[in-house]
Amino acid sequence: MVLSSFTTDMKESPRLRMEGVRKRFGATVALDGVDLRMGSGEVLALVGENGAGKSTLMKVLSGAHAPDEGKMWLDGEEYQPRDPLEARRRGVAMIYQELSLAKDLSVTENILLGMEPVWGPLLRRTEMKRRAADAMSQLGRSDIDPNISLGKLSLAEQQLVEIGRAICVGCRVLVLDEPTSSLTQTDIRHLFEQVKRLKARGLAIIYISHFLEEAREISDRFTVLRDGKSVGGGPTASTATSQIISMMVGRSVDELYPRSARKAGEVVLEVKHLAGESRPVDASVSLHRGEVVGIAGLIGAGRTELLRAIFGLDEIKSGEVRVATYVGPASPARRWAEKMGLLSEDRKHEGLAVDLSIADNLMMTQLGWLVNPTLQAKESRRWIEKLGVKCRSPWQVVSDLSGGNQQKIAIARLLHHDVDVFLLDEPTRGIDVGSKAQIYRLIDELACRGKAILMVSSYLPELLGVCDRIAVMCKGRLVRSVAVDQTDEHRIMLEATGAMEMA
Amino acid sequence: MTTTLSQKETRPGTSSEDFSAFLGTLGPIMGLFLVVAAFAVLEPRTFLTLDNLQIILLNTAVVGTAALGATVIIIAGGIDLSVGSNIALCTVVIALCRLHGLSPAVAAILGIVAGACVGLLIGTLVTWLNISSFIVTLGLWGAVRGLAKRLAGGSEISTPPSWISHLLQMLPPGQRWMLMPPGVWLLVVLSLFVAGVLRYTRFGRHVFAIGSNEQTARLCGVPVARTKVMIFVFATVFAGIAGVLQFSYLNNLGDPTTANGYELNVIAAVVIGGASLSGGKGNIFGTLVGALLMTVVGNGCSKVPRLTNADQDIVTGAIIVAAAAFDQFRQSRATAK
Repeated sequence: MVLSSFTTDMKESPRLRMEGVRKRFGATVALDGVDLRMGSGEVLALVGENGAGKSTLMKVLSGAHAPDEGKMWLDGEEYQPRDPLEARRRGVAMIYQELSLAKDLSVTENILLGMEPVWGPLLRRTEMKRRAADAMSQLGRSDIDPNISLGKLSLAEQQLVEIGRAICVGCRVLVLDEPTSSLTQTDIRHLFEQVKRLKARGLAIIYISHFLEEAREISDRFTVLRDGKSVGGGPTASTATSQIISMMVGRSVDELYPRSARKAGEVVLEVKHLAGESRPVDASVSLHRGEVVGIAGLIGAGRTELLRAIFGLDEIKSGEVRVATYVGPASPARRWAEKMGLLSEDRKHEGLAVDLSIADNLMMTQLGWLVNPTLQAKESRRWIEKLGVKCRSPWQVVSDLSGGNQQKIAIARLLHHDVDVFLLDEPTRGIDVGSKAQIYRLIDELACRGKAILMVSSYLPELLGVCDRIAVMCKGRLVRSVAVDQTDEHRIMLEATGAMEMA
Repeated sequence: MTTTLSQKETRPGTSSEDFSAFLGTLGPIMGLFLVVAAFAVLEPRTFLTLDNLQIILLNTAVVGTAALGATVIIIAGGIDLSVGSNIALCTVVIALCRLHGLSPAVAAILGIVAGACVGLLIGTLVTWLNISSFIVTLGLWGAVRGLAKRLAGGSEISTPPSWISHLLQMLPPGQRWMLMPPGVWLLVVLSLFVAGVLRYTRFGRHVFAIGSNEQTARLCGVPVARTKVMIFVFATVFAGIAGVLQFSYLNNLGDPTTANGYELNVIAAVVIGGASLSGGKGNIFGTLVGALLMTVVGNGCSKVPRLTNADQDIVTGAIIVAAAAFDQFRQSRATAK
């Protein structure tokens, strides 16, 4: 462990210091003595598996939870926020994954929401405009119309508005919680520029992400949390990703991407010149038994739409999908009957009915006219045990579970249905490294058992690690796939951005 | 599979799911108990009598029966504002059938069919035109009532005596062995039936799935549109049966203005019973307790001389809000870990 390098020299008192922070909820210890220290103008990557205590720590920092023990200092002054409002006043701002903005209000109104300058009961509109414009210009985005209603902006721009709001209160510590999970590559680049800009202005920025490469790129130092403790940290530049991962999972990850010798069998899915409403434009791909085929591409290339069209969720305009020997009208019910299953990229809104129980979610595709709850629970327990889902009972509602465990339930639905063709859309998005490794192992195992897997992912190392062949989708077109050893990240990016055609 | 997915599993001895579900039904029951106790203390002589108990049950039957269907709709994330109008329409259809010389049984069945036709219309409009059920049934709330008035020619229709009226009248002394009027027994049987459908059939699980997350249901191959139409038809069958009971309660009378405002009582019963208007949650037992609670409040207030109709409305309103607040409290307790 690189604990020694954790205490980097900082001449003045650190911007933020946390020492021995403990927090328990009932019998569970969420934080078990966390130390954290960062200077101004520093970006700290806070990493750890789901449930390691990152969010609890940030809730303590932002005043949502009071710590049981431990102390915090902001610029040398003791800091004990009673509530998030006080934390904000003291200059600690959080940008959550889910933005907390009002879509129908204007950019200006959003930036100043809750702290509007007033003259008696009247708003000082010119002052509002001035302050909002000031915040946006500090972010270098004066081009965004401050009067436009927020809903008309892209997700990335909305995120900027939220950061603008933090700047407007004069924040000193900015926490970005999974800021890139729904951004395109270009937007991520822009965001990083903003982060650098804010860093140059002396803000201390805590960056939380599951994307270790991103966290590495943007951060100066990192701190790893595991089981509520800070178990390591150091300068990012001199630490290897694998080292960080071992700290996170508490064991060495020698083989994150297992790949057994597997043999491709007969073709189970053949897609020919498939076109949908707007995406895909023209996609052809084939999938054999015992094979994992990855689809790479930029966001908006139509990868999700391709899977949806194959699965009969979206209208098909032209082209053909053959599943085993069947060609014809498609519907999800039909596809399930043909032993094909889709794992949605949007767990919360499509993949799972989060208010329903684990058992109900698991069995939804496979109900007879009559349902036997006892049997349902028994079957669910089998999967819960097999996949190591952390839960109390099969009747626990899914929204109680962590992201990784939710994803396991979503995958278990396909396993329970015993599908032959797996369409996996971003199967590891937003889940912890431990669960990721588990899903990679599972994919390998399924392929070995002769199942066919078509997988969409935006994370190239994952695709390169897991797949046998990779196809790159660009602007709705997918023409050919190549064996994984014939390609690399660079070539894939060239193809994905359409640079290949020009070359 | 041979996966070595070793992870520690936390499974405490007592299942908090069971406890949570228990609290869910306990809330309305406690409310009912409190209200009964309050009136029993205030007016023991008139409130706590066997006759009055029978009256309370009689008065619960119509709303209770309609609420069975409404529970299914609300679990599926929909709502039916036209149920009161639908009940009135059914009484009119039954009365007209009787006047045309049809037997009581046939008339009752045609009345129920009329109710189901309204459900078919709602379901079709909701799925084809993709309008929310709130808007569709708001429209039908007026339209169905108007249809009932037009069919009835603007006035009540009296019909010759039939066995239907015995369903929901006080038991004559010779039939006390039945304990409750037949219509109330019918409600009990229908409740068990609907609860069974919700719990033990694919249709029932699909109702929950659609109400909880329609997208997921679609992904999982649930025929969403067809199921929605089925849900409204299924539910309005109970509005139809409630119409038969109302016809009985009115003593063989077809009345196009009857059951006015019942839709709100029905929805209140379902919500007091622990259902969520955003769908995915609700249970029949709770609905019954909710319906009973509303009748007890009405009945009790009429027994206490100091209380008026106005007080009854205030108490009922307070109970609805209290039920929702209790449910919210339970929810937040369940999610706080």
